[in-house]
Amino acid sequence: MNNNNDNWLYTISPKQKLINLNLKEIWDYRDLLFLFVKRNIITVYKQTILGPLWYFIQPLFTSVIFTLIFNNMANIPTGDGVPPFLFNLAGITSWNYFKECLTGTSNTFAQNQGIFGKVYFPRVIVPLSTVITNLFKFGIQLLVFVGFYMYYVFFSNVELIIEPTKAIVALPIIIILMGLLGLGLGMIISSMTTKYRDLKILVAFGVQLLMYGSAVMYPLSYFKQKLPEISWVVEYNPMTTIIEAFRYMALGVGDYSLLKMIYAIVICLVLFLFGLIMFNRTEKSFIDTI
Amino acid sequence: MEKEIILKAENVSKQYRLGLVGTGTIGHDLNRWWYKIRGKEDPYLKVGDSNDRSIKGQSEYVWALQDVDFEVKQGEVLGIIGKNGAGKSTLLKILSKVTGPTTGEIKTKGRIASLLEVGTGFHPEMTGKENIFLNGAILGMTKKEIQSKLDEIIAFSGCERYIDTPVKRYSSGMTVRLAFAVAAHLDPDILVIDEVLAVGDAEFQNKAIGKMQDISGSNGRTVLFVSHNMAAIKTLCTKAIVLEHGKVKFRGTADQAVDFYLTNDITSSGEHYAYEESKKPSDVLSVSVIDNKGELCSMFAFNHKIKLKIKVRVSETHLPLAVLGFRVIDQFERAIFTSEINLRDFIDSSGVYSFNISLPFSTLVPNDYRVHVAFHIPHQQLISNLESVVSFNIEETGSEFHKYAGLDYGCVVLDSQWSLD
Repeated sequence: MNNNNDNWLYTISPKQKLINLNLKEIWDYRDLLFLFVKRNIITVYKQTILGPLWYFIQPLFTSVIFTLIFNNMANIPTGDGVPPFLFNLAGITSWNYFKECLTGTSNTFAQNQGIFGKVYFPRVIVPLSTVITNLFKFGIQLLVFVGFYMYYVFFSNVELIIEPTKAIVALPIIIILMGLLGLGLGMIISSMTTKYRDLKILVAFGVQLLMYGSAVMYPLSYFKQKLPEISWVVEYNPMTTIIEAFRYMALGVGDYSLLKMIYAIVICLVLFLFGLIMFNRTEKSFIDTI
Repeated sequence: MEKEIILKAENVSKQYRLGLVGTGTIGHDLNRWWYKIRGKEDPYLKVGDSNDRSIKGQSEYVWALQDVDFEVKQGEVLGIIGKNGAGKSTLLKILSKVTGPTTGEIKTKGRIASLLEVGTGFHPEMTGKENIFLNGAILGMTKKEIQSKLDEIIAFSGCERYIDTPVKRYSSGMTVRLAFAVAAHLDPDILVIDEVLAVGDAEFQNKAIGKMQDISGSNGRTVLFVSHNMAAIKTLCTKAIVLEHGKVKFRGTADQAVDFYLTNDITSSGEHYAYEESKKPSDVLSVSVIDNKGELCSMFAFNHKIKLKIKVRVSETHLPLAVLGFRVIDQFERAIFTSEINLRDFIDSSGVYSFNISLPFSTLVPNDYRVHVAFHIPHQQLISNLESVVSFNIEETGSEFHKYAGLDYGCVVLDSQWSLD
């Protein structure tokens, strides 16, 4: 009987490689990925009257409130000729994508322990599906932004000096970066919450705080001018760079430089890889500790 | 031709930490990390008790599995038998890659799919059809595979009419049928199954067992099967292993393993149980199996008289409603019959009483039996519930079915009137 050990298909053992991202396996499960995305999209607004309209309502109302409070009341300038509403909508649209990716992936293990406890499939499929689902939402919200942009350009009698810059071609990079950052942080948090639930509590208000530190409703330049001593907190936050870059691309205002983009790309990649490693280490044994 | 080994487990062990995961955890984690960076072995791997839940252990670490090894050949159906907590589920979890082993490894030459619990990932808001796709994909099928089997799956589930209705509107039985239908159409090299047969109504169970036999029989699929249903193990499996406290206690053919398990598993001390020192106002004080002469006995011939003697103490408060009963269970865990009495029909004051019961004469087929005794007030209070409190055995000594010895031809021998028309 031929029983040499070299023709085993795979081995289940306690040893693990540092990064165990089996791309072929993920490819084999691509149908599951799409079915998860489909499930996420169609089940969220089942039995609601407004359905997918909620995708529009949330960023619009937030932008209106931000405009009222931060621009009309607190008089934060948004740059010459840039309507505050559009400024805020740009910030919120991009912030939302990052936020949804982060919060959606940060409870991967806790939320799916039922499935994970019974069947094996590459666990990373679940956070990936969240990121893709959110991309769909982001697409819709981006359309809203474009719609209002058109409105301001063609129908409003306010004098505008907004125009998209050539850098807009880099928009896909920005979107990927936001996804990577949200996914990376989300995976780190979800891995750690399996053992220490403290982080779950932290995420809830941490995300809120982070928004104030990411130049969503104010320009970075204004923050630097008003609070120069602590402006590094905001400046070195990769989300600030991403949001500022997005506004620069779309509206022509913002702090955008190649150096800063490279900085953001490096940070995002490092966090993503770190998240992936932690996720891999956790997925094998989390069911025993959760 | 000798068949190829398709799955091999080598010294698989799994350690769990008991008690709460809490503030102490970070201490252990740091300690572990400190050993690791100095290149030493994990200090907590050296400790740990074997996993006997009834005995108070010394360590807060236990071994749910310890040095389990076995081999499965292509096309074999391996049964895994063991008491609750013997490590069966842990083993299946490791096999299906839900959790990793602490030490040891499992090597396989085929794709493993598991049916740990049917209906995994069903979303209540989605329709039956959508759930077939989702569930199938979770279990490892591609969309194309599911599409090609869709009609078959729907027909097997018997839920055609509801297939476009959200699953939340299904009855629980329908959900299970649909889930099993998906799982039964999986096409992996190795299938891991845990207790799925314990669901659904009798008709569906038969269908499920038939499907299981198909899977393992004609298709030559390799199956690992965990069940408490000894009859199912005997019919479906070719080989079996018996797990006890995380260790493999026995390996052999399914019949041998079932016999081993049953002879070793009986928790009662045999023909006599006594708890005379009970302080409870009402309780079962002793149960014994006795023969015709009134002596303790656990081996009977088919045509011997078998008697039970149950001694109880009953208090004034319990007397009016108390019911004393027993049930005879055979080695396949089948309940053969139950018998009970209202105490007030026999006695009218509190005290200690003994009851003699003659079991039906020449009725139970030669087999091993266990007796459950329950002393209770129906729907209100369980005074005492003694599972497998005593056991006895009826030997084949030449009944009219002796030529079928070892085969399952029923639980009881009853007279039927035959006549020529």
